Amino acid sequence: MGRKITIEPVTRVEGHGKVTIQLDPQGNVTDSRLHIVEFRGFERFVQGRPYWEAPVLVQRLCGICPVSHHLAAVKAMDVIVGVGPDKLTPTGEKMRRLMHYGQMFQSHALHFFHLVSPDLLFGVDADPAIRNVIGVAIKHQDLAVQGVMMRKFGQEIIQATAGKKIHGTGAIPGGINKNLSIEERDKFLKGPDPLNIDKMIAWAQAALDLFKDYHKKNKDFIDGFATFPSSHLSLVRKDGAYDAYHGVLRAVDSEGKKILNDVDYQDYLKYVGEEVKSWSYMKFPYLKSIGKKDGWYRVGPLARLNTCDFMPTPLAQKEFEEFKAYTKGKPNNMSMHMHWARLIELLEAGEEIKNLLNDPDLQKSDLVATGTKCHEGVGLIEAPRGTLFHHYRINDDDQIVMANLIVSTTNNNEPMNRAVNWVANNVISGKPEITEGMLNTVEVAIRAYDPCLSCATHAMGRMPLEVSLVDDEGNILDSKRK
Amino acid sequence: MKEIKFKIDGKDCVGKSGQTIVEAAKDNGIYIPTLCHFEGLKPAGTCRICTVKVGGRNMAACTTPVAEGMVIENKTSEIEDMRKAIIEMLFVEGNHMCPTCEKSGNCELQALGYIYTMMVPRFPYLFPTRSVDASIPRLYIDRNRCVQCLRCVRGVVTADGKRVFGLVNRGGKAAISADKDLAAALTDEQAQKAMDLCPVGAILKKGVGFKIPIGKRKYDNKPIGSDL
Repeated sequence: MGRKITIEPVTRVEGHGKVTIQLDPQGNVTDSRLHIVEFRGFERFVQGRPYWEAPVLVQRLCGICPVSHHLAAVKAMDVIVGVGPDKLTPTGEKMRRLMHYGQMFQSHALHFFHLVSPDLLFGVDADPAIRNVIGVAIKHQDLAVQGVMMRKFGQEIIQATAGKKIHGTGAIPGGINKNLSIEERDKFLKGPDPLNIDKMIAWAQAALDLFKDYHKKNKDFIDGFATFPSSHLSLVRKDGAYDAYHGVLRAVDSEGKKILNDVDYQDYLKYVGEEVKSWSYMKFPYLKSIGKKDGWYRVGPLARLNTCDFMPTPLAQKEFEEFKAYTKGKPNNMSMHMHWARLIELLEAGEEIKNLLNDPDLQKSDLVATGTKCHEGVGLIEAPRGTLFHHYRINDDDQIVMANLIVSTTNNNEPMNRAVNWVANNVISGKPEITEGMLNTVEVAIRAYDPCLSCATHAMGRMPLEVSLVDDEGNILDSKRK
Repeated sequence: MKEIKFKIDGKDCVGKSGQTIVEAAKDNGIYIPTLCHFEGLKPAGTCRICTVKVGGRNMAACTTPVAEGMVIENKTSEIEDMRKAIIEMLFVEGNHMCPTCEKSGNCELQALGYIYTMMVPRFPYLFPTRSVDASIPRLYIDRNRCVQCLRCVRGVVTADGKRVFGLVNRGGKAAISADKDLAAALTDEQAQKAMDLCPVGAILKKGVGFKIPIGKRKYDNKPIGSDL
């Protein structure tokens, strides 16, 4: 008799999803899927609202990286009000960049310290009672404090630029509604330890060293776990540099060949399609030039480091060179290296924040640019979890009539399914007994992508992990909760 | 102007003949909350948030003239709870989504909700179906947020005295509406005035939103009524 294993919800990720793994009578995996089971529908209820409201409204998709939605939407609205990316005032653009890197910093710190470090510090099959953020706080107090403080620092950068730590209103079509006062600037530059940017950069470097040390000791796991070839997509600056705020769209295949060559994202519909499958509310994006079957790609830290040519800040560039040398300059297709890439980005975000804080443009008062209005705009940004697409059309009365959002996690839908499939086949298949540790490895694979399932379709709340054994006819044979 | 002596909550006050209770209280440093009232406009008494007790009877303080020897109850627990109930009713009978409303921080209804520490309304939400009107060149009318205070009806008038806004329908279906031609002729300045007149986010000037950063908005740092 065949069995079906259900992991619901997947824990230590943002949002709510479940995994099903179908086994044949011998315990071999026949199918595995990551289902995103919630639905909210922002694309529909933003319709009818005035366009300038969208950046504040749609950021409510998420409480973890609302800044990404806020900025992607406002970038689309910039186009609609006739202020393209090159026409923003220096203060407008740099304040937004500061907001964005503040968010990148806090989100990456949250992911590494709160969500991932329990797996690395205690082992993926350790007792789940310890393998959590409270366990980290008890056994590795210094690390836990660093995680909390780094998140706090990033959140306070967001507050200084957007007005609030969560769901602010800073970016408005054509610019920003405030600059950074000298007092605010000095708080971040010269604040008492540890809440100053130099300490934050030092801690980001230390987190990177921690991961690299773990990597050295666990090479097989980090290099081999859920590794599979894929294409990679992200924004890059026009000169090929890493840029999380703005750029052109680039994709490379698993060997590094450019399959999307630095195109203007206003035309994204020419290049990217979305497929719907009946068993998940999350769509499956793909590159149209390659087709639905093989056109899927990865986004996020790993993809960004695979597509860009160099990092624009010195410490991150040094780490980037080491990262690239590990795969001899070829794209890195190892899922667990997502953590490595994410920590390089954490360091880069720290350096970017420091550069911006030292930029006198942030104290200037020319905040908003104006232009000639049009009816359609696309805004893309590299959210912590990957490329985020916002596309809006408005009518003559300034009301939004169409919205299309392709959220970072949606872009990683197929890769996450592949990662789950890899674990199902390599860890679970054919085993006589399914342990909690084995099930956690499924989550470890998903967690590497730092998915935000609430963003991707949309969930709130938490449920305990539930594992059900179901026979071919759907009868529950056994069920366990933790 | 004749001087009038009266009491509010036992405090001796002095007013002038012709003043309403709200105006006279203000001159004596006493805040009576209002919503439909707007300085310079003829009082309408539509919202009843300014309700006080005069001689044991409920009166709208924005429409009732102060009189010699009046004994007014303003800040009693009974009246305060009634005002809070009115605020709650205004919230539940519309669709007030403060998190995404650009009037947030400058909204008088929200500010009243804060000073009366409204947490969860005692009445069920009605979630009415209300329409928006985006067809006016310089204004966006969102009836979801309208509290029908009639400030726009009283205050937005053309140079030749014609009212731009009016109330259409009756009872629960009553709604603010604008004369298309008159509204289309509004200047930028008049559109801004209309938005500023509206105590909530029902009338918005098109094209500009969220321009005042959080922390600098009217009620971010001082509660409504604290600047008497």
